[in-house]
Amino acid sequence: MWDYSEKVMDHYRNPRNVGVIEDADAIGTAGSLVCGDQLKIYLKIKDNIVTDAKFQTFGCGSAVASSSILTEMIIGKSVEEVKKITNKDIADQLDGLPPEKMHCSVMGYEALEDAFKNYEKDGYVSLDKIQPKEKMICTCFQVTDKVILDAVKTNGLKTVDEVTNYTKAGGACGRCKSEIQKIIDNYYRDIKNDSKSNMTDTQRILKINNIIETQISPELVKDGGDIELVDIKGNDIYVKLRGMCSGCKNSTMTLKLFVESTLKNALGDEINVIEVK
Amino acid sequence: MNNLIYLDNNATTKVDERVVEAMLPYLKEEYANPSSMYDFSKKSSRAIKEARGVIKDFVNAADEKEIIFTSCGTESANTAIRGVLNYNKTKKHIVTTKIEHPCVLNVYKTLEKQGYKVDYVGVNSNGELNLDELRNIITDETALVSVMWANNETGVINPVGEISQIIKSKNPDTKFFVDAVQVTGKIPIDVQANSIDLLGISGHKFHAPKGVGALYVNSKTMITPLIIGGHQERGKRAGTENVPYIAGMAKAAELAIDNLQYEMTEVKRLRDKLESNIIKKIYNSRVNTGIAERVPNTTNIGFEYIEGELILLHLSDLGICASSGSACTSGSLEPSHVLRAMNVPFTAIHGSIRWSLSRFTTEDEIDYVIDKLPSVIEDIARISPYQKELQTLKNLKN
Repeated sequence: MWDYSEKVMDHYRNPRNVGVIEDADAIGTAGSLVCGDQLKIYLKIKDNIVTDAKFQTFGCGSAVASSSILTEMIIGKSVEEVKKITNKDIADQLDGLPPEKMHCSVMGYEALEDAFKNYEKDGYVSLDKIQPKEKMICTCFQVTDKVILDAVKTNGLKTVDEVTNYTKAGGACGRCKSEIQKIIDNYYRDIKNDSKSNMTDTQRILKINNIIETQISPELVKDGGDIELVDIKGNDIYVKLRGMCSGCKNSTMTLKLFVESTLKNALGDEINVIEVK
Repeated sequence: MNNLIYLDNNATTKVDERVVEAMLPYLKEEYANPSSMYDFSKKSSRAIKEARGVIKDFVNAADEKEIIFTSCGTESANTAIRGVLNYNKTKKHIVTTKIEHPCVLNVYKTLEKQGYKVDYVGVNSNGELNLDELRNIITDETALVSVMWANNETGVINPVGEISQIIKSKNPDTKFFVDAVQVTGKIPIDVQANSIDLLGISGHKFHAPKGVGALYVNSKTMITPLIIGGHQERGKRAGTENVPYIAGMAKAAELAIDNLQYEMTEVKRLRDKLESNIIKKIYNSRVNTGIAERVPNTTNIGFEYIEGELILLHLSDLGICASSGSACTSGSLEPSHVLRAMNVPFTAIHGSIRWSLSRFTTEDEIDYVIDKLPSVIEDIARISPYQKELQTLKNLKN
C-alpha cells in the first residue's frame, strides 16, 4: 500500500475540474493508454490569464491527484506564471508523492508544456522561442531527452533509478539506461564546467561565498558552530571554523565530508578546502 | 454489514481459529526441541511426525519421508529447483512457463546467468498453457520441467497429469516440479496419480499462518539441500523445526480436506455469482480467462479504459480488498507478466482486478460488492480521456 498524503487521497476521492472545455484555447496531453497513464488538460486563456482548466485522466490515484491539483494551481494565473510551474511544485502542493510515483507529477508538467506548445503554434501569442529538437530516449514509455533533463534539473536527480521513478524512462526493457546515465553525467559535468571556466574571479568568489552562506553555514549553526571564508587561491579555499566547530574533534570530518564535498559538488573536484586556525 | 470484505485470498488468507488453537500448546508449554532426548520433547517430536502424516495424505504421497517442512512457498520452490539441478549438474536445460510466480521465475532468471538454458512456454489468450510448445521443447538435455498447478492471478489450472505424461514420454529422466501453492484447499492434490516428482505448498494460502510451507520430493528424486546444518528433515532442510507452525499447517490441511467439497461447490457458486453480475452490470468489463478451467475461488476481470490502482483505492474506501496486476500497484512500471503473456488487450490490462474468495466469504459480502462496484467503476470512467470509446462499449452492451 502506498503511503499517500491526505491531500493526494482527497484529490483522487474528489477530483476537481474534471471534464472537457469544448472551446478550449489550448489542449495538452501526456502519457498513453499503453503505458498505463494518460492525462489530457484543457485550458481557456483570456488576456494572457488562464481563466479555466479542466482535465481527464486515465491513471492511478496519484496521477488523478496530480492532474486535479494542477488545475487548481493554474486557474487565475498568468501564462508566464503557469509556465514556471515544475513537477516539483505539483508534488509539493500535494504534500509529496512516493518516489515511485513522482512520474505522475512529471506527467502533469508535460501535459502543461504540451498545451502551451500547441497554444503558441496556433499563433495565439507570439513567442520568439524556438523549440530545440528533442530526441527519443526511452521508446517503451516515449520519454525524450528534454523531459529527462528537465526532471534531473528540477529535482536534482543523480541516478538512473531516480530518473525512472520520475519519468518512467528505463522502467521497462532498460535498454536506454546507459543513455540516461549519459544525460545525467553531461548535466553535472556542464554545471561544473560552467562554474569553473565561464566565471570571472569576482563571480567565482561571490559564488563560493554564496554557497558557504546559504548551504554550509546554516548547517553548522544548527550544531552551534559556524564558518568564515578567509581566502581563495586558485583551487584552494581557506576557511576558519568558529563556535563549537573550532577545536571540535570532528572538525576534520566536517571539513572534508561536508564543507569540501558541498563545494566540490558546485565547483568541481579540484577544489581543496584548507582550515586556518 | 461487516466493514472488511476480504477478496484477496490468493495473496494470503485469514488464519482459521482452530489452527490457532492447534498451535497454542507449542507456543506455550510444549516448547521442547523435538530432537532432544528427554520425555519433555516427546510431544513436540510427535507433533512433527503427525503433521508429516497429515501433509503426506493431503498431497497423497506414498511415504511420510517424502515430505520436507520449509518456511514458505518460495523456499519450497528454491529447494526443489536448485536441489535437483545441484544434485546432477550435467544437464543444463530447463523448461518452465511464462506465467510462473516471481518466486520461481526469478530463480530461473538467476540460473540463466549461471549458464543454464531456460525455455519459457507461452499461454493462449485464456491463459491456458501451450502443450504442443512444451512437448516440442523437451530434449535429452532437459533436467527439469517446472509448471505451476494453477496461476495466482487468473486461477487457470494447468493439466499437470497430462504434462507429466508428455515429459516422461519425451525424457524419462527429466524431473517435474509443480508449484501447487494456488491449488491447496481448492482442488484435490494427488502427486501419485499425476506422476509429480516435486511439489511445493505454502501454509498461509490455506488458512495457516505465514512462515511455514512444505515440499514433496518423490523417493526416486534426489536433491542437494539448500540449507545446510543439522540433521533435521533427514538432512534435506537443516534448522530446528518450527513446531507450532508445522502443527498449525497440519491442522489447516485437515480443515482444507474437510472443506474441499464446500470450496468446489459453494465458493465456486459465489465466485460465479460475482463474476456474472459484474459482467451483466458493468459495460466495460470482461473476464480475462474466457472459458478456461479455473480454481473455484478466483476470477480476473478487466475494466477497459480505466486504471486498476484507482479501482482498488476506491474499493478500499468501501472496505473491499482485491488486487490488481496493474503497473501502478506493484511499484514496477509494467503491468502483470501473466496478463501480458495472455495478450490481454492494452485497453484492459491496466484495469484488471483479481477477486479471490475463501470459505469465509459470505453471500452478503458478494451482494455488497455487486451493489457497490458499478458506481465505483462509473465514477472512475467519468474522468477517463476515453469517453468516446467508453460510449461505444456502452452502446454495444445495450
